[in-house]
Parts: sequence; structure tokens; C-alpha cells
Amino acid sequence: MNLAIKLENITKTYPGVLANSEVSVKINSGDIHAIVGENGAGKSTLMKILYGMVKPDSGKIEIFETKASMTSPKNAISLGIGMVHQHFMLAKNLTVLENIILGIDRPFLKNIKLSKYKSEIQKVMELYSLNIDLNQYVDELSVGEKQRVEIIKVLYRGAKILILDEPTAVLVPQEVKELFKNLRNLKNNGVTVLFISHKLDEVLEIADEISVMRSGQLIDTVANNVSKTQLAEMMIGKSLPTPPARISSTNEEVILKVENIKSIDEDGRTIFEDITFKVHKSEILGIAGVEGNGQKEVVEAIIGIQELHSGKVEFKNNDLKDQGTRERLESGISFIPEDRQLQAMIMDMNLTNNVIIGRQNIEKYKSSLGTVKTKNAIKESEKVISSFEVKTPGTSTLATALSGGNQQKFVVGRELEDNPNLLIASQPTRGIDIGAQALIWEKLRNSRDEGLSVLLISADLEELIGLSDRIIVFYQGKLVKELNAENVTPEDLGGYMTGLKK
Amino acid sequence: MKIRFRLVSVSAPIIALTVSFGLSSLILLTIGKDPYETFKIMFEYGIRGKSIVSIVNRSIPLYISAIAVAVGFKMGLFNIGVEGQYLMGSLIAAYIGAQFSVITPLHVLFIIIVAVATSSLWAAIAGYLKVEKGIHEVISTIMLNYIGTGLIAYSLTTIFDEPNSNYDLPRTKELPETGKMPPLNKFFNIEDLQDLHGFLVIAVLVGIFYYWLVWKTTLGFDLRITGSNPIAAKFSGINPKRLVVIAMITSGAFAGLVGLAPLLGYFHRFTIDFPTGLGFAGIGVALLGRNHPFGMAVGALLFAFLQRSAQILDLNDVPKEIEQMMQAFILLIVVVFYEVIRRFLVKQQIKDASKRTDE
Repeated sequence: MNLAIKLENITKTYPGVLANSEVSVKINSGDIHAIVGENGAGKSTLMKILYGMVKPDSGKIEIFETKASMTSPKNAISLGIGMVHQHFMLAKNLTVLENIILGIDRPFLKNIKLSKYKSEIQKVMELYSLNIDLNQYVDELSVGEKQRVEIIKVLYRGAKILILDEPTAVLVPQEVKELFKNLRNLKNNGVTVLFISHKLDEVLEIADEISVMRSGQLIDTVANNVSKTQLAEMMIGKSLPTPPARISSTNEEVILKVENIKSIDEDGRTIFEDITFKVHKSEILGIAGVEGNGQKEVVEAIIGIQELHSGKVEFKNNDLKDQGTRERLESGISFIPEDRQLQAMIMDMNLTNNVIIGRQNIEKYKSSLGTVKTKNAIKESEKVISSFEVKTPGTSTLATALSGGNQQKFVVGRELEDNPNLLIASQPTRGIDIGAQALIWEKLRNSRDEGLSVLLISADLEELIGLSDRIIVFYQGKLVKELNAENVTPEDLGGYMTGLKK
Repeated sequence: MKIRFRLVSVSAPIIALTVSFGLSSLILLTIGKDPYETFKIMFEYGIRGKSIVSIVNRSIPLYISAIAVAVGFKMGLFNIGVEGQYLMGSLIAAYIGAQFSVITPLHVLFIIIVAVATSSLWAAIAGYLKVEKGIHEVISTIMLNYIGTGLIAYSLTTIFDEPNSNYDLPRTKELPETGKMPPLNKFFNIEDLQDLHGFLVIAVLVGIFYYWLVWKTTLGFDLRITGSNPIAAKFSGINPKRLVVIAMITSGAFAGLVGLAPLLGYFHRFTIDFPTGLGFAGIGVALLGRNHPFGMAVGALLFAFLQRSAQILDLNDVPKEIEQMMQAFILLIVVVFYEVIRRFLVKQQIKDASKRTDE
């Protein structure tokens, strides 16, 4: 069988990090080849090398059995390699057609021949049995459809090798099925697919061959006849973290009460409405929803960032109406925002300063003169570092110098430090390694058992089901379903999240 | 780590200075002047006793103006309106201060308060416009500079002009003796030289206060986190609108002090030739000194030195505009090198962190 890609001894180091160490792999032409590994195992670096975004320090690359050295994505595309990034690179306010040809045609003061492109693209779509309305605005597409646009875009540019970076991370189960169907079609038409993932079930479902990476090394390439456990053990080098056992300690006392809240955006469109739910003491309430269905805004309304049009939010029987974000945070609500680097930490400040954030004005950190009590902050950050096993040289290290998992552990530790009554955790383990994830799960469960109420928003449905006592589902700005977490499957949830089930 | 950090921080201005001398030399050569001779004349003139007093006097308002700008910079707010703010403050303070007389400390304090209040009010307009109307502060402060200049020109010739003056240009009444700030010459044993402005003491205090405010208080902490990550700042409970107004008013309050060194120490009244441009010069000094109280002091002294020493150039047939070019070179180059060095330091820390956690 012909080889599509052959990598030999690829090594790439970043300052202080060995991202890829002597990686060698052969990928057969026309295969679906999965690359699995934890976050930080070096998958992304390897793909960036293949796509010409990163130059390896040493090693040899062959594409379709000819030696190649990729210097830029443009160069990689000309060799027949295309990449679909996890975060789509689409212009929302353009149509599908315009997005696909974006960057191909650069006319100077003359019209783009749209109809010519349209028929060409339609041929590509027919060839690979991919369907989409070319005249629709990207804004109106679902996530799965946007991904399809990205794939068509890449194929139209002549890709024979398609790299998909965590393609299922943003999809609900039904969309994953659709994607897999499309990938099989591509395979049947001779396209080689490189599928990067850490979801083992999916990998086993779709891949012909699987390569496992761990700490920058390629552990092994195996045919698809291994078990999930075998793969997982190769991936993390130890046995899997057990999914948290649930002993419901839920209490009748209501901590958070959300009543009929509604918000509208600047243009008067409804973001969410008719939202009513309660969070009890010692309870984890999960919120499920595909991104953009209002759950993010509901959470922001609870901490006072998103304005309410009507309805009310009560915390410990107090109406929060006249309280700003600061008062709410100080009265016992803790918040872990979904994006730690953008929303939770100041990357160019040290950990001592970062531990204060969100609590600047409480007595522990503010003297009567209005000055910051640095000593307390140092003590506190040391405490968080030790109890959450944050790997750092010390408290004076800049946040940006920590790895993602350590940053997240620090943020979670900070938010749990002052024994809050309610924790709002948005994507608390997104994009971090399994070790950090297990630790955060354990801490969340322990705190819950000790009386903490948690509002958990997560795109990881297994995490959501595993941690929550109850789950509510958001769809198009409305709360469509409440479920007992004990007997619900990811497929069930996916159905409600996409509006297929009611 | 700390020592290395300081060392690299200092190297940027030194590189900038050297390169700027080099570029200025090239320009001098192309217009047929000897750079070595030129710099020698400047230097020799600049270190005379008389020059040094003048340099310190010049640096006082520059320094305070830099601090006014830096307060905004620390939270990512660009107060380009220090210029208009200090001129408004100086005019009103000069006018009101000349209407009565009490003992000196009280009189001076009163003038200071009037100037600070006026300038911060003027700055608050920009804060209000940003928060309530969404107008970017760069636009509004620049516009307010024009409006301020116009208002000053008009009111100085009408409302505030000294009555029955035999002087043909408009000016306010002179401050009474009690409203003048005594010079510091006798403390330095330099009574043979011109007056060393007493406002120097205030400038030093302002520097210390600025440091305390920004690096030690929770308000300063809020300013700094908003400056580096406004989104995280908002999620941490900071009310960005409130903070914008506070920062604008604080910046304006510092701006109010800018014109007082010349007013209380030399001019003793607001006239048509009252020094202008200090607000804009302060932006440069703040950049050069990286908003740090000590760095800005050095920057203010350096720019004051260049300005003073360039005065000799015309007498030697060298266009003194070369000095303004040098200032511009220094700023341009230093901004580039600060960024280069910042990136280098962050890389070092990342390396450091991963090395130590590997062990």
C-alpha cells in the first residue's frame, strides 16, 4: 500500500519543553488514521509541523513518498495537505460560497466570478457526497455544518490529506455520526484522513489505524483491534481515573433560586427567557447545551455581568437585583469562568496577585488604609499551590509560565479557598490533562459533600453526567428539560441539546 | 531574578539613548556639522550650575505630567488631555488665588486645591463621555484640549484679565506675596543662582504618593488588572465604568499640579505666554519611564536636560531642532526595546518554571 505520510525522527523543542521527541510514523494512503494522546502529549505540535506552521528541529518528512519540507501552510496546501482547525476560521457575515473562495481569488477592481466557483465547488461536493447550501450565511449554520464548510474549503483547495484537530470536541453525538459518515465517504474516494482526538470511543469507531502519543513520544501505532482500556493505558501510562461515584447528599435548603429570567441583546432579540431553576445545598446542578444556546449568558446574569430584562435571582433568600458583581462574589458566590487565560487570570502577573483576583476588597486582602495585604496573599497562594498540587517554582512566578492544567488547578483552588456557598463552574476541566482533571473532580465532589452548591456548565457530557445530581438542558435560549443525572446517557442529552428530543 | 530584571529594564533606555545619539550624529553630519563638537557644547552648557537649576525646574512639571498620564496608562486609559486639564486648572487657580491673601502655607494649599479640583472636573467630562456615551477618551480629551484652549483664550481676555492693567497682553492679576511658593536655594547653598522652584518638594511627594496608590492600594490593583486584562477584571467584580471615571478624575487631579510649579515659582500669574505643551511632553516621559515613579523622574530630567542644553546650539549655528529629533528618536527606540526585553523576560520565566517543575 502507498504511504501518504512518512515521518522519521521528528524532534521539536520549545524553551523548556520537549514537544516532540524522535517521532516516527507511517500513514497509509486512503486510511483514516487517528492520533490519540492527552492534552500536551505533542499531537498538536506534530500536526503543526505537518501543516507547515512549525519547523521541526530535526527529522525527515515524506509526503506521497517524496521528500518534503513544509515551510508554510500555503506550502503544505500545495503538497495536498489540508487542515481543519478546532476553532473554525470562517467569516460569519459571508455566505458559505464566499467563505470557501476567500483568499483564492484576489481580483483588483473587478468582479469575482462567483458562478464559475459555484459549479466547481458543487462538483467537489458531489464527488465526496458533502451537502450544504452554498448561499446560506455562515452565521446561520450549526456547528456541524460550519465544520463541513471547513472540510469542503480544504478539499476544494486540492487536499488529498485531511487533518482534523479534535473535530468532535464541539459536536453533539448526532453531529458526530454525520461527520463520521462524511469521513467514510472521503476515505472511499481516496482521501487520507488524520484524526486527532482524545475520545477513545470515537477513535475506535472510525479509525483504521491508531497512533498513541505520550509526553512528546509516539508510543505505538496499532491496527484497530485493541480495546479501549488498552488504548487508554498506552495513552496515560497508568490506569484510568475512575468516574466519580455519586452519593447524593442533596439537601432541601435552596441556595440559588432563578425565577423566570429573561435577557435581550442590544437589538432587542431574546437571548434567553422563561428560565426557572433552583440549586439546593450540597447539590451539583449541571447545565447542558450546545454553545450559544443561552447558558453562558444565564450564568453571567447570575453573577451580575449580563443585564436582566425581567425575572429575579435569589441567593440565600436575598434578591440580587441591586447587587453588583463584586457584592455577589463577596457574599459567597465563587465563579470559575470558562476561559482561564482570558477571564480568570492576569497572565502577566504573579500567582500572589492572581490569588487576590475576585476578592480584592475583602478584609483578608484589604487593610483599613485601602492597601493590599500582600502577606496574606502570599500565604493564601502557597496554600492553594500545595492543596491543589500546582506545579510552579513559587508564588512569584507569572501565571503565563504555568501549563494550562496548573493554571486551572490554581483558579479552582482560589475559588474554593474561602468556603463559598455557591460555585459556578464553567468548563472547569476544559483542555487540561487527565491528572489535573481527576484532581479537580475530586475537589469538587468533596466540597459538594461538605455542603457546597455547584452550578456546573460543561461541554464534556461524561463529566456532566458523572458529577451532577440533576441536569438541565438549554436549547435556543430556553430550559427544555430537567433530568436526573443517574439514568441519562450522553446520547439522550445530545438529543435534547439539539432539539431532536423533546 | 529581580536583579536580572532590573538590569535588563535599564538596558533599554541606554540602548535607546546610544542609538538616538548615533542617528542624530548622522543627521548632523549630513547638514555639515560636527556631531562630536555639537554634543560637547551641549553637555558643557548643560552641566553649568545655572543650567542645572533650570533643568530641575523644567523637569518638575514634566514629571508630574508624566504621572498624570501614567495613572491612566496603568489601566489602559489614554488621557491625552493633560494639556487642557492643567491649563484650565492653572488659569482658575491663578485667578482665584490672586483675589485674597492668607498666610503662605494656607494660601498655597488653597491654590493647589483649586487647581486640582478644576483639572479633575475637566478630566471627568471625558470620563463621563466614555462611560455614558461610549466616546473614546482619546477623541474626547483631544477635543477637550481644543475647547479648553479656546475657553482660556476667551476668558483670559474678558473675565479673568487684570483690571486697569497697563500691560497690553491679557493676564490675570499677580498672586500676592503670600501666594508665591518660596524657592529652595538656601537649602542647597546656591543663593547666587536663579530660583529653584519650591514645588520640587511637592513633585517628590507626588511621586511617592503615585507609587503608593498604584502598587500598594487595592484601587491601584484594580487599575493594574484592568490594564492588563479588562475581561478578567470585569469578571473579578470590578465595575469598569466606575473605575474609568475614578481613573480619569485621578489623572486629572495630578494634571492639576502640572502648571503649579511655573505658576507658584516663577510666573505668579496666568499670562498668554504661560508654558504650554507640558501635557503632551508628559506622555513621552511616561513612555520612557514605563510609568514607574523612578523611571519617569529620570526621563523627565533627561528631557529637561536635552531641552536646556539645546539652547546653546543656535548661538553655535546648529539648528536646535536637533534636540526635538533626539527626543523623538529616544522614544521610538525605547518603546521597541522595552517590548523586546519584556518578551525575553517572559520567555526566561517560562523556561525557569518548566525547568524547576521538571525536577
